[in-house]
Amino acid sequence: MQASVIVFPGSNCDRDVKVALAESAGREPTMVWHGDSELPKSDLIVLPGGFAYGDYLRCGAIAAHSPIMREVVRKAEGGTPVLAICNGFQVAIESGLLPGALISNANLKYICKDVHLRVENVHTCFTAGYDEDEVIRIPIAHHDGNYVADDDTVAELEDENRIVFRYSGPDGTVDDEANPNGSRGNIAGIVNKAGNVLGMMPHPERLSDPVHGGTDGRPIFDTLAGSLG
Amino acid sequence: MNETKDLSDLAAEFGLTAKEFDRVVSALGRQPNLTELGIFSVMWSEHCSYKSSKKWLKTLPTKADWVICGPGENAGVIDIGDGQAAVFKMESHNHPSFIEPYQGAATGVGGIMRDVFTMGARPVANMNALRFGDPDHPKTRHLIAGVVAGIGGYGNCMGVPTVGGETNFHRAYNGNILVNAMTVGVADADRIFYSAAAGIGNPVVYVGSKTGRDGIHGATMASAEFDDDSDAKRPTVQVGDPFTEKLLLEACLELMATDAIVAIQDMGAAGLTCSSVEMADKGGVGLELDLDQVPVRETGMTPYEIMLSESQERMLMVLEPGKEDMARAIFEKWGVDFAIVGRLTDTGRFVLRKDGEVVGDIPVRPLVDDAPEYDRPWTATEPAAPLPAGDVPAPNDLQSALETLIACPDIARKSWIWEQYDHMVMADTAQRPGGDAAVVRVHGTQKALAVSTDCTPRYGAADPTRGGAQAVAECWRNLTAVGARPLAVTDCLNFGNPERPEIMGQLVGAIQGMGDACRALDFPVVSGNVSLYNETNGEAIQPTPAIGGVGLLDDLDLMCTTAIKAPGETLILVGDTAGHLGQSLYLREVLSREDGPPPPVDLAAERRNGDFVRSLIRDRRVTACHDIADGGLLIALAEMCLAGEIGAEIEVPGDAAPAHGWLFGEDQARYLISVASENAAAVLEKAAKAGVPAMVIGETRGGDLTVRGHFTISLGKIRDANEHWLPAYMSAP
Repeated sequence: MQASVIVFPGSNCDRDVKVALAESAGREPTMVWHGDSELPKSDLIVLPGGFAYGDYLRCGAIAAHSPIMREVVRKAEGGTPVLAICNGFQVAIESGLLPGALISNANLKYICKDVHLRVENVHTCFTAGYDEDEVIRIPIAHHDGNYVADDDTVAELEDENRIVFRYSGPDGTVDDEANPNGSRGNIAGIVNKAGNVLGMMPHPERLSDPVHGGTDGRPIFDTLAGSLG
Repeated sequence: MNETKDLSDLAAEFGLTAKEFDRVVSALGRQPNLTELGIFSVMWSEHCSYKSSKKWLKTLPTKADWVICGPGENAGVIDIGDGQAAVFKMESHNHPSFIEPYQGAATGVGGIMRDVFTMGARPVANMNALRFGDPDHPKTRHLIAGVVAGIGGYGNCMGVPTVGGETNFHRAYNGNILVNAMTVGVADADRIFYSAAAGIGNPVVYVGSKTGRDGIHGATMASAEFDDDSDAKRPTVQVGDPFTEKLLLEACLELMATDAIVAIQDMGAAGLTCSSVEMADKGGVGLELDLDQVPVRETGMTPYEIMLSESQERMLMVLEPGKEDMARAIFEKWGVDFAIVGRLTDTGRFVLRKDGEVVGDIPVRPLVDDAPEYDRPWTATEPAAPLPAGDVPAPNDLQSALETLIACPDIARKSWIWEQYDHMVMADTAQRPGGDAAVVRVHGTQKALAVSTDCTPRYGAADPTRGGAQAVAECWRNLTAVGARPLAVTDCLNFGNPERPEIMGQLVGAIQGMGDACRALDFPVVSGNVSLYNETNGEAIQPTPAIGGVGLLDDLDLMCTTAIKAPGETLILVGDTAGHLGQSLYLREVLSREDGPPPPVDLAAERRNGDFVRSLIRDRRVTACHDIADGGLLIALAEMCLAGEIGAEIEVPGDAAPAHGWLFGEDQARYLISVASENAAAVLEKAAKAGVPAMVIGETRGGDLTVRGHFTISLGKIRDANEHWLPAYMSAP
C-alpha cells in the first residue's frame, strides 16, 4: 500500500498517522504538502488531525480551498480510499466529500479522552477487520466534533448503512450518557455514498501500539494495508 | 506619553527606584530618552534581572556529568544517551493569568515552548503547576475555566501533549493565582543552539509574528504587586496565536537542520529589547537595529513601543553571512515573516535607528552588568511549635475522614482539567495524567522521559527550608515511582514582595532547602524562573517553589504505574511511618487547622528508599507503586485501588500510635508498592539488607477498601467522592 498523508501547515497528527501506517504497511507513506497541486500515486489518502490553518474560523474551511484538496477530491471521486481523521474529517466535510457539519462540542470544551465506539458497518475497506457491533476503545481529542445534519441526510446515512461508528458505552449501548460531544445519533464516523471516504472524529492512530495502552485502532490500518497491498 | 513629564518621575512609573535611575544616567553619561529609559527599566526589572534572587540562586547546584547546559540559556539541557538531549524549563505567567486568564495562561505555554525550541529541541511534553484561591472565592471558578482553556487552547493547537501537572487551592492565592508552565523537548545532543551572538557584520534576523502594541511593559507589570485596580492592567497582557507558533516551530526546526544559525533567542519578556541585549552581551559584541525593518502590525508605532512590545511568537537570530536567502525561503514556505533588522558591530553598543535617525544608543555591558543586584534583608520564618500525632484529635470515624480527604479540592480527581488538554498527540504518551509522573516515549526508541511537577506550599509556609527540600524530594520520588532515574530539575520560584524581610526570608529558606535536596539526590537545577511580587494589598501567596523534574527510563517495558494489577498481591509500605500530622491535609480538611511543622525531610532516607524502590521496579518485583504524599498512606492506597479497579484490605499495626496518624500522616520518603505474594518475602529481605524500612500492611482483593477492625468502603463510593468535586464545582452557577 502506498499511502499519501496530506500535510497542512497546522496538521499535528501527520507524524502519528505516518507511524501507524508504516507499522501496518511496512512502507512509509508519502507526506504531501498542502501547497502542492499534484498527488503522487496513492492507494490511500489520509487527511490527518490537527488545526490545518489554525482553524480560528470554521474548522477545515480554509483547508478545503488549498491547492492539494482539488486533487484529493478528484481522486476520491475516482474511488481512491480516503481516511479522514478528526481535523481531516472537518476538512472532508468542508470539501464536500462527506455530508453534514461538525460544530462545537455540546459542553463548549475541548475533550481529550478514550471513548467507546460501536462498529456499525464492517463492510467497508476501513472496518472489515472488526466484528459486527464490536465495541472498541479509541480516544477523541477535539473541540468541534459535534456532528449535525438535517433529517433527510441522517435518514439517508441510516438507510444506506453509512454510519460506521457510534459513540457507545463499554457494553455497546448507544445513548446520551455515552455521547461525549452531542453528536446527532451518537455519530462518530461516516462514509460517503461510494464507501471509499471515511470521516471519523476519534483517533485510531492513538491506540495502535501497546505503549498507548491499547491497540483497538490498529485494525483500521492493518485492514487497509491488507486490502490495498 | 507626556513629554514634559520629569524623567525621574517617569522612571518611577516604570518601576525604577531613584538610585537605579541615577545608575542609568551614569551608565549613559547623559539623561536617557524615553526609549532608552524604557529599555533600562525592563532590563532592570525583577522579572528580567533577578536582582533580588540572583545572590541566592547562585548557591543552587547546577552541575552533573549529564548536564550539558545549566541555567543562563533559554532552557536547561541534559544528556539522555544515544546522542540525544532533553531540553526543559518551567516558567511562570502568574500576573497576566490573573488579569486575563485565557490569554495569560495561553501565552505562558507559548513562551515556554519557544524557550525550548529556541535551543533546537522539538517540544514533546508540556506540564503545568497551578495554584488557585479558595474555591469559595468569587473569582476562582472563572480563573480556573480561563486558565485551563488557555493552556489547552495553545498546547493543543501546537500539537504538543500536555501530559500532567498539579493543581492546589488555598485562600492565599485569592488575589494572585500561579500559572507555571513547563515544556520538555528532545534534541540531538550535538545540535543545541545557544544565544551568544558572534561574527561582526553578521545579519540580525527577526522571524515570526508582527510586532503590535500588546504586552507593552509586561515584564514591569510582572514585577509589581497588585492592588484593587489590577484589572486596568489588562492591556499589558499579550494575545497568543498558537497557529503562528506552530509555523514558527516548524520553520525554526527546519532551519536548524542546516548550518545557517549562529545564535538564536526567543522574544519573551521585554521582547525585542531583552533578546537583542542578551545576545549581544553574551557574545560580547555590539548590535544595531533598524526599527524601520521590524515587521509591525500597525503604522505609527514609536521606537518605545516597538522595543517594549511583548507581542508573542517572535524570534531573533544571528545568521551566517550568505545564508539569508536560504533561510528566508524556509520561513516563506511556512508563511512566517522574515526580516533582516540589523547587524552585529564591534562597538559594544546597542544602537537603534528609525527614519534614518539614531533613537537609542546604549553601551551593552552596563545595561546588563550594571543591573542592580540586591542583598535584601531577610528574616527567617519562626519555626512552628511541635505537634505530636498523639496531640492531634482522631476523627469521628476514619471512613468519613477518608471520604472527606479523597474529595477535597487538592486531592479530588482533576480529569476535568486534563481532559481539556490533548495529552496523547505525538502518540508517544506512555503514562497519561493522573499517575505519579507522566511518561513520554522518546520517539522512535524504547526509552522514555518521566516528568513531574511538585510543590507543597503549606509546608513551605510553615517552614520554607523544609518546604523547598520537600518539593525537590517529592519530585524525585514521583519520578522514581514510575521506575525512572531522576536526572535534573527546573524550578519556578513564586513568592511575594521580596522587599519585605519575611518574604525574602521565605525565598532564602526555600532556595537553601532546594539546594540541600538537589545536592543530596544528585538532582541539579538546570533552568528556572523567579516570580516575585505575587501579592495583593499586602497579602502574599504561600511560598511556592514549584519543581519540575525530568527522569529517564531506559526501557519502557520496565515502567511502573500506580494501578493495582491483580487481587491477592501483597502490599508493602516502604519507609518509616511516624504518623506526622503537622501541616497535613488531614489537619486542614478534617479538623480545619493549619498548624504545626511540616514533616521532616530526611534526604539520606529519601535516597536510600528511592534507590531501593527503583531497583525493585527494574528487577520486575513491583507490579504497582505510588509515592505517599498529600493525605498519607490511606489516600495513596485508595488512589492505587481506583486506578486498578481492585480493592484492598490492610491492617493498622498494633504499635502504630494513633491509627489516624498512621493512615493520614504525611511522613516523607515513603512508597506503597504491590508485589506478587510469592515475592513478598524476598522483597522484605532485600529491604532489610539495604537498610530500608519495609513492612507488609495487607493485600489486594475484591472491590472494597477495608481497614481491618475499622471500616469497609466500596471502591464505587470512593470513586464517586473522588470524581465528583471538580466537575460539580465548575458546573455550579
